[in-house]
Amino acid sequence: MSTVKKTLRSIPQDRTPLPEVAPEIRVRSFREVAEGYSRDQALHEANRCLGCSKPGCVTGCPVSINIPGFIRRIQEKNFREAYEILTRSTTLPAVCGRVCRQEDQCEGSCTVGRKLAPVAIGNLERWLGDLAIREGWHLERTGARTGRQVAVIGSGPAGLACAADMVRAGCEVTVFEALHEPGGVLKYGIPEFRLPNDVVDAEVENLKRLGVRFECDALIGRLLTIEELKKDMGFEAVFIGTGAGYPSFMGIPGESLNGVLSANEFLTRCNLMKACNFPCTDTPVHTGRRVAVIGAGNTAMDALRVAARLGAEKTYCLYRRSRSESPARLEELRHAEEEGVEFRWLTLPLEILNDGQGSVRGLSCVRTELGEPDASGRRKASTVPGTEHVIEVDMVIYALGTNANPIIGQTSSLKLDARGYIATNERLETSMPGVFAGGDIVTGAATVISAMGAGRRAAGAMKTLFGFRSN
Amino acid sequence: MHQIKKREDFSDITFSIEVEHPLLAKAAQPGQFVIVRTHQTGERIPLTIADYDREKGTITMVIQAVGKTTREMQAMCRPGAHLAGIAGPLGMPSHIGQARKVVCIGGGLGVAPTYPQLRAHKLNGAYVIGIVGFRSRNLVFWEDRFRAFTDEYLVCTDDGSAGIRGLVTDGLREVISRHPDIDEVIAIGPPVMMKFCSDVTRPFGIRTTVSLNPIMVDGTGMCGGCRVTVAGQMKLGCVDGPDFDGHQVDFDELINRLGRYKEDERLAMERWLRHRDHCRLVGQATGGAS
Ligand SMILES: Cc1cc2nc3c(=O)[nH]c(=O)nc-3n(C[C@H](O)[C@H](O)[C@H](O)COP(=O)(O)OP(=O)(O)OC[C@H]3O[C@@H](n4cnc5c(N)ncnc54)[C@H](O)[C@@H]3O)c2cc1C
Ligand code: SF4
Ligand code: FES
Repeated sequence: MSTVKKTLRSIPQDRTPLPEVAPEIRVRSFREVAEGYSRDQALHEANRCLGCSKPGCVTGCPVSINIPGFIRRIQEKNFREAYEILTRSTTLPAVCGRVCRQEDQCEGSCTVGRKLAPVAIGNLERWLGDLAIREGWHLERTGARTGRQVAVIGSGPAGLACAADMVRAGCEVTVFEALHEPGGVLKYGIPEFRLPNDVVDAEVENLKRLGVRFECDALIGRLLTIEELKKDMGFEAVFIGTGAGYPSFMGIPGESLNGVLSANEFLTRCNLMKACNFPCTDTPVHTGRRVAVIGAGNTAMDALRVAARLGAEKTYCLYRRSRSESPARLEELRHAEEEGVEFRWLTLPLEILNDGQGSVRGLSCVRTELGEPDASGRRKASTVPGTEHVIEVDMVIYALGTNANPIIGQTSSLKLDARGYIATNERLETSMPGVFAGGDIVTGAATVISAMGAGRRAAGAMKTLFGFRSN
Repeated sequence: MHQIKKREDFSDITFSIEVEHPLLAKAAQPGQFVIVRTHQTGERIPLTIADYDREKGTITMVIQAVGKTTREMQAMCRPGAHLAGIAGPLGMPSHIGQARKVVCIGGGLGVAPTYPQLRAHKLNGAYVIGIVGFRSRNLVFWEDRFRAFTDEYLVCTDDGSAGIRGLVTDGLREVISRHPDIDEVIAIGPPVMMKFCSDVTRPFGIRTTVSLNPIMVDGTGMCGGCRVTVAGQMKLGCVDGPDFDGHQVDFDELINRLGRYKEDERLAMERWLRHRDHCRLVGQATGGAS
């Protein structure tokens, strides 16, 4: 192996771009937009990593992936080992490589990024994850079967990660999922053109192969309570990863009109129920000709871009703050801009207007301006009098974030916090012994990687509870 | 996959199926519903649990074949066949309180879901009056079940071919005039019917519970498609309901929202009929059974 120390000068100066389908072509299909590196492109990009002794990227990564370690194995063409290193910290590399906000995390703290564009860590992670799926590499059990029974509620990234760790440690794991397919937001929320369902299915298959049982159509709290899982069904430990799926509305007039819906409903109809193929599938979805999406996070970008693909002529994104406050990944913002979304920054909706037949005719809005950052660093938006105006649309989609679903709380004696999320200690234990929780149902809507990290932390705590030696 | 154990046809469009699902049968409570998928690409359709048998491990649903999926079910749901998925029980169980005298009203298909509630009240020791409404005599079903758990049983038909001629609201008025001490009225049926029943009881201040049927996707509180306005507040039919105080529900809004996918339903139906006829023709041409 070459031991010549790389320097900022010796590495390839330009970041290897990710091949993308041209906007005018991709808006006509649900095909994945970013195509992924070839092997040569991956090797080229891997060579840009300096292998820092104090790597900023690892500090920036919410689950502390050994980034220089896996990138070095790519440089050495030792891909299988690179994958082993990667999956020591993440169970969903093909997913995280696609959906993490790398610019704020690993890549945001990359040393190369101080002078040049940072190493494309996310693209490399994705490339390895995809390679593993193609090659059929999968996770192995690390411990002998112990026969200990673990229940996991919810099959989003938090639940999948917890299930993976516990089955590998030799437990019998059953995942209960309310919907008819596993995957959580990865399946019902994030569209195919950003995260193909095949990728999620491959990760789920991986777990099934290890022996995880998936019980779909099982809404815990109603079909079985947490107490019943523990007392009657013999589960010694339970992990709750039910996400924060409960949609928010603003409470402005006109919200019950036809043509107003939550991004969750719009995306679920398209992604999970495949309404985009209606009437070949049975679930319909309406797409307006002119669609306004309220909010500017990833969910909003997804809704806007799905609307464009379903034939909307005009798509507006309304946000009461400005572009720099948008919580969406930069790549999603750029993709949405390329696909013709009109951004109305600093705009607040006041009322949804009725066409006289009970459907949406338009959205009455007002302009806002941002004040000085408050204690939390957020700049408060205030309305500018006299700037009221109407945007003509026939569909309004709310992508304003989500809240805790109340069902588990209502049907168990679990302690909740003031906002209705499940209260846990630092080991992710809830108020009920042997019951752990993590992901969006504890933190509120957050990210795939943090949910996955929480699932793994809870698995660590379960292993301690079972007296397994940590590995 | 859940096997269909039994099927009963009440008329050329109404039928019941009894399906195996022991866990669900054990958990089911009056007032709750399920979401059924007939096949892998099928839509998720909410159906009220019309009965459950914990010993046999089955639940019963009554279905009216009016849309594409329900007509498809009418064709395929024979004993021995399977449903791809059933999620449930969903929604809050009905509150079976200490009411001493209860009127349970079922209109059309709404007759089925009133049954578990009516039975629960009867077993709770209440005096139960059942009022059921149908278009005509040949559509009447479950008379025996209702009689077994009611103290008074009143049938109303549009054409007078069975019971009294008139709507369930006429029956309700008549019952209220004879019983000044009704604690609760439970009305389940088409939204207009529930609206008018609530209007009848309002001046008397009789507590009136209705079971709403907004459009649903997931039934778990995730999509918000089932939102309804009750006492000026947004509520989710699948999480906070389906039972609500009839005097507080904004029925006009519900009726407007239910019309949302009418055109799509028509399209799906046409396509299905074409497809079915096509399959029949193909079947005949090749001499295959259809
Ligand atoms: C449209 C959209 C786009 C997003 N884009 C990104 C992105 O690009 N990058 C990123 O990092 N994050 C993104 N997020 C956020 C991210 O998806 C979530 O933070 C993450 O999925 C949370 O994971 P989780 O496992 O906690 O819950 P979820 O993924 O929400 O999964 C919870 C699962 O539990 C099930 N469930 C709920 N209640 C019950 C019950 N009582 N019984 C049984 N099952 C139950 C649900 O059906 C669901 O399948 C996005 C979110 C949305 C909605
Ligand atoms: S900070 Fe950047 S250059 Fe340094 S190890 Fe991490 S990815 Fe490589
Ligand atoms: S059906 Fe989706 S929230 Fe009720």
